[in-house]
Formats: sequence, structure tokens, C-alpha cells
Amino acid sequence: MARILGLSDAVAELVHDGDSVALEGFTHLIPFAAGHELLRQGRRELELIRMTPDLLYDQMIGMGAARRLVFSYGGNPGVGSLHRFRDAIENDWPHAIEIEEHSHAGMANRYAAGASDLPFAVLRGYSGTDLVAHTNVRFIECPFTGERLAAVAALRPDVAIVHAQEADGEGNVSLWGIPGVQKEAVLAAKRSLVTVERIVEALVPRPGALVIPGWAIDVVAVAAGGSQPSYSQGVTERDNDFYRLWDEISRDRDSFSAWMEEHVLGGVGAR
Amino acid sequence: MNQASTDEIQTIVAARALAQTRTVFIGVGRPSTAAILARMVHNPALVLIYESGTIGAKPFHIPLSIGDGELAETADAVVSVPEMFNYWIGPGRVDVAFLGAAQIDRFANLNSTVIGDYDHPRTRLPGAGGAPEIASSCGEVIVVAPHNKRTLVPRLDFVTTVGHGDGPGARERLGLRGRGPTAVITDMGVLEPDAASKELVLTQRHEGVSVEAAREATGWDLAVAEEVRVTEPPTERELGALRELLAR
Repeated sequence: MARILGLSDAVAELVHDGDSVALEGFTHLIPFAAGHELLRQGRRELELIRMTPDLLYDQMIGMGAARRLVFSYGGNPGVGSLHRFRDAIENDWPHAIEIEEHSHAGMANRYAAGASDLPFAVLRGYSGTDLVAHTNVRFIECPFTGERLAAVAALRPDVAIVHAQEADGEGNVSLWGIPGVQKEAVLAAKRSLVTVERIVEALVPRPGALVIPGWAIDVVAVAAGGSQPSYSQGVTERDNDFYRLWDEISRDRDSFSAWMEEHVLGGVGAR
Repeated sequence: MNQASTDEIQTIVAARALAQTRTVFIGVGRPSTAAILARMVHNPALVLIYESGTIGAKPFHIPLSIGDGELAETADAVVSVPEMFNYWIGPGRVDVAFLGAAQIDRFANLNSTVIGDYDHPRTRLPGAGGAPEIASSCGEVIVVAPHNKRTLVPRLDFVTTVGHGDGPGARERLGLRGRGPTAVITDMGVLEPDAASKELVLTQRHEGVSVEAAREATGWDLAVAEEVRVTEPPTERELGALRELLAR
């Protein structure tokens, strides 16, 4: 069974400087609280892996926590640019970051290969695109049909962090709504943390309610509201106004830094 | 009712393209608005599929992101991202993909990665997302984009998504199984690939837009069909429904 720790202890134990870390959640269930705790603990030189960097990695990149970014869509969904992500790539602010970018299909398959403990995944993809010259993809011949297929390396993060609605006392996790690549990320990683809205006496006794068994997770920590401004279906709502507001906050380096200081780093010692 | 704006006409024309479609894959922004409008006005059975894993979503509001809660709440099925790409998109189960792009070339190849050099970009764009595999595998692709020289360019800075590659036979050579782009719907008209050359041709212009103006707003020497259709003006029902949707 998973151990249940406080968020601060969980992050301190599982994540170290220089680790490759996947904080997943496809628009839904993004583990903001855990990411902010990483920043408060001053983790540096991280290889950040996420299909959609979203506001969370924009914040982590802007705070200088990332050495490398592996991703497939670096936008503020429906709003526009991620300004801190852009500033790092276009102007090396606050420092240069290395990037490795894929398509969603490539990233999803890389996680699935990691969860399967296979060295790579095959898919029909990348063919004819300029991604081929700029990322880690190879082409192989199907041994059965001879078809040319793309091969992408498995993702094996040091740590995966995902958020979910509920866990029971043994760390068995239930999540519902858009499942993204949550399960794949946890099973692909060497170590895993699941933050949850709440710990319940018993999960709803419905077949299929338990999505990730506690024995496959290292640590579970409570982080109520921990996916905001993303959301936890049925518990919190996506804060679309904040996603729009972020465009303005993050456009300018000073207003970004001031916002982070006040709303994220200001929490040092408070938890 | 006030006269329709060119943006409204573009959305309405895009919605009409889905009148007979069973399943459509949609990105955020104008493609999403058009697909929701198509369900309201032309095709209530239209299955909307978003890359977040929501199949058969029935949003009442235009979602801000492809993963808004309302999409999951109203969907027929909600699946993981690996399932979405491997079981639904890859095998070609989706009829039409509605995509946007920052740059489009004469063969309807798309760039959503960088403006300028890849290693030192002038503008870093979000990147591929689902587009490359969506465009290679869906039955056909309809691109919805603004009509100007910044968007319709002679040469892409980066090929994120292959349309018709370098022309006839390119998709077959690359192993791309869908038909590829069948239309680019802009705020000035509609461009469609020529059956033989695969190069985009102006086949339709919206009312009040001249062929010359559309050519002038294109970054290459845009070919023009022998007979350019004029867009049927929006009906009261189409325009009323669109305005009501945008006001929700």
C-alpha cells in the first residue's frame, strides 16, 4: 500500500535536484499544489516532462526550476501563448532551457511504452514533418508487413506526480473525468506521488472505481483544491478566468515574479 | 438583424461543411465554434471529438480549452489520451478534422511550431499537439484560418503537419492514410486543392470579397478556379444561432 504523507514531506522525499519529473494531467487534474511545493522547496535543474506544459510549467520555467522540457503542446489552451515558456526559448530568460518536443500521439505512446516497461513504442506518425529532424524519433520496418512506422523511446521519469479526486486509507486511488495519461505516467515512473482532493473511509464500492491500486503508488498526499486553476471533475471547476488573466500576469517578467512571490513562494513555512 | 461580419461568415461556412458529417475532430477556437454551430443548425447527430478524450461531447457553451469540464460531463465516452490516438484517431475512425494553423502553404501543409529559425525562433508557437497524426489519419482535413499574407505563406518556417506535402503522390509516399486537406475556409472565401496538382485554388469567395482582393491577401500567386462560387449569404437562422451561441 502507498504511504500517506503530508504534501511537503512527500515532495521532499521523492523529488531531488536534477530529477526528471512528470507532473501530468491533460487539462484536467493538473497537480498545481505539488508543483508549487516543488518551487517552495527550491528544486532546480529538473527535466520537466508534460504533454501540455500549461500554466504550471510556465510558472516552473519562469522560476528557473527547469533544465530541460519535454512536451507536445506549449500553449495556454484557448488563450494563446505561454509567455514564460516563450521567454525561456526565445530569450533564454531566466536561463536557457533544452527542449525535446513531440506530437501528442508520440508522447502518449512514450508513456504507454514506459508503463509497459518496453524500450519504445511504434505508431504511424511524424512522417514528412520537420519534427523528424529536431526530435528523437526513428523509423523502423514492421517485421510482419514491412510497413514503415515511427518509433519513439519510452518515457521513464524519475518521478511522476498526478492529482486525483479520492484515495482510501491504503492509498488506492479513484479518479474520474478526463483520464489523460495519469495512469501511464505513474506506472512509467520510478517513484510516484498522487495528490488527492480527499481521503475517504472507503471508495464507492463500484467495480472500476479504483483506478490505480495503492500498491502501485509510493506516496499519496492530500491537497484539497490542489489542481486549481485546472480542476477536479465533480469537486472543483476549471478557473477559465484565471487562465485568461495569466496571459496578462505572465507577459511581463516583473509582474510574473511579483505574482509568484505573493501567491506561491509566500506560502513558505505556512504549510 | 445586422449584416454578418466576415468572421461570422467564415464560421457559418465552416459549420455548413459539417452538414452531412458523422464524426468531427475539433481544436479550440473558431473550429470549435463552427462545429457546435453545425450541431445546433444543420446536424444534431454530429459527434464532436476533442483530443482530451471526450467523444460525443455536447457543449452548450463554447469551451475555452479542449478539456473543459462541460465536455467530459456531456460526452458519450471519455477515454485516455493513448486510447484517443491509438484506437480512435490512428485507425481513421474519425471522418473530418477541423484544424487551425499559424502558417499554411500552397499545398495546405501547416506550421504551428515556430516563426523563424527552430533553434533561435522569432516567435515560439505552442507546437504540434495532436495535429500531425490527426491530419494524417482522419478521413479528411478542413483548415479554418484567417486570410492574410502572414498566414498564407509561400514557404513554411516549419512543417508541423503535412497536408499535401510537395504535391501529387506525396501523402501516399509518406504513408499518410487519410485524404488530407480538402478545404481551407478563410474569412475571404474557400480554397480547395486541385485534383491533379494538389495546389490550393480559390473556388469560393464570400459576398463583397473580390477575387483580386483574395489573391492580394495570399502570400503566393493564388490560382483561381474557372468559376468562383459566391458564398450563399448566411440565413437568419444561421446568424441568429451563431450570435446566440457566442453570447452564452
